Amino acid sequence: MKLIIAIIKPFKLDEVRDALGAIGIQGMTVTECKGFGRQRGHTEVYRGAEYVVDFQPKTKVEIVVSDDQCAATIEAVISAAKTGKIGDGKIMVQAVENAVRIRTGEQGDQAL
Amino acid sequence: MTRPRIRTLARDGVPLLACFAALAWPAVARAEDAFDSGDTAWVLTSTALVLFMTLPGLALFYGGLVRTKNVLSVLMQCFALASLVTLLWLVCGYSLAFDGTGMQEGVTSLSSFIGGLSRLFMRGVTPDTPSGSIPEILFFVFQMTFAIITPALIVGTFAERMKFSATLVFSAVWLLVVYAPICHMTWGGGGSFFADMGVFDFAGGIVVHITAGVSALIACIVIGPRRGFPTTPMPPHNMTMCVIGTGMLWVGWYGFNGGSALAANGNAAMAITVTQISAATAAFTWMSIEWVVNGKPSMLGLATGAIAGLAAVTPASGFVGPIGGFSIGLASGFLCYLASTTAKRALGYDDSLDVFGVHGVGGFVGTVLAGVFAAGVFGGLEGDLAVGRQVGVQLLAAIITVAYTAAATFVILKLVDLSVGLRIDEEGESRGLDLSLHNEVGYNLETGR
Repeated sequence: MKLIIAIIKPFKLDEVRDALGAIGIQGMTVTECKGFGRQRGHTEVYRGAEYVVDFQPKTKVEIVVSDDQCAATIEAVISAAKTGKIGDGKIMVQAVENAVRIRTGEQGDQAL
Repeated sequence: MTRPRIRTLARDGVPLLACFAALAWPAVARAEDAFDSGDTAWVLTSTALVLFMTLPGLALFYGGLVRTKNVLSVLMQCFALASLVTLLWLVCGYSLAFDGTGMQEGVTSLSSFIGGLSRLFMRGVTPDTPSGSIPEILFFVFQMTFAIITPALIVGTFAERMKFSATLVFSAVWLLVVYAPICHMTWGGGGSFFADMGVFDFAGGIVVHITAGVSALIACIVIGPRRGFPTTPMPPHNMTMCVIGTGMLWVGWYGFNGGSALAANGNAAMAITVTQISAATAAFTWMSIEWVVNGKPSMLGLATGAIAGLAAVTPASGFVGPIGGFSIGLASGFLCYLASTTAKRALGYDDSLDVFGVHGVGGFVGTVLAGVFAAGVFGGLEGDLAVGRQVGVQLLAAIITVAYTAAATFVILKLVDLSVGLRIDEEGESRGLDLSLHNEVGYNLETGR
């Protein structure tokens, strides 16, 4: 199993959700978060006083999938989240040791 | 008109027998019949509009500009001051501002500077007591709304760090020591100091905006900057709230300036017209300067410009025509922008919500320019006004007000600091005034709560 962490632009969330649904992904966890990469932050000006805001609002999507779904999942996220402009985000992949469905006690791929 | 008369007599506690006696003598005219119902209706309406400027207009305007952790403290200062000033105005504020006992036109005496004590607790005022063409009780409550907004304007300067108790004590003393005498000197009628000088202040450029603005400058210097200023970012936490408040202030200003005609007539109509023109001009001016200087126009700039134009046209509104409204808007939009941005940064004081830059500077500019644009040659309503002399009079009154207000405010603040203390401690300031002083938070937005 793999944990896929995708940091994306917030307004791309719905498209990413639909793309993942279309390849049969059953669930995901979504978190509003802040951060920066090469895009850096932005500047706000109030009555002439400038404030540099370092962190951009981003959305973090976490998906756990079986090993054979991993490549398709990454492909779906990229296809939906890509604008081609700086700040599109990152995808990280981690190995997952186990997963348990709390209701039934099913384990591993069965729990996804 | 029999029925209202019965009601009035009954309310006055006149015995039933006397009611019948009055009915039997229709020739006995009651003062109520002397009121102009049109004037009374407009000033009643204006009273509500001006209170609406503070509750909740100014409260929202200021509340949106502070940080999340201090939003309630600012809302609360505005609402608490409305209550406090109401009581003070009833007890003695109105009397000290408007009791003209002993005044004589052209004679300078103590009563030229401060009102008497014959109106404490509105003594002797019934619904039938006239003040011009309206009931005196209406004049009392209309003026009360002005007395409420003036100290409330000042709280913007020491937002996010002044103790609530200190705010109340300072404002109470300030109302009686600064507002009441300046109000009396300006609007006390023949025999009051500025009135005898021939000063034009239609709706409170001197009485409201110069006093509030200058006090704000002194207060923010005495109390010192917010911790972290200017290196820590302190952006407005809710611009939407701020803009809603601005809209309420703008609309309410029709009552502020239009109502100050104390009549439903062409003078009131011209006052609200020039008010609108000045607000629009200053808003557009401020926005345009930002567009050029910063590359982008901002909502806060547009809103602040509108307030600057409204403050500046206040003293002039009943004396100038549309050209005056436009010119005052242009001048105040430009000068208040400079005062609130470039000048403030250069001098380094933390007038947190720009009370001095907007109201002090705007009020001063409008007071002086009223002496120019009141002249008939500029479309003003004062015919062949001697502009040079009038500008001198306006300038002199403004400078006297600045000097007295600054000195008195400084002394009051020092006394408050020695007694209750002006400033919240460092930990309380970093936690935010809402939690530290009021055990509340403005927003409970955590998921699941």
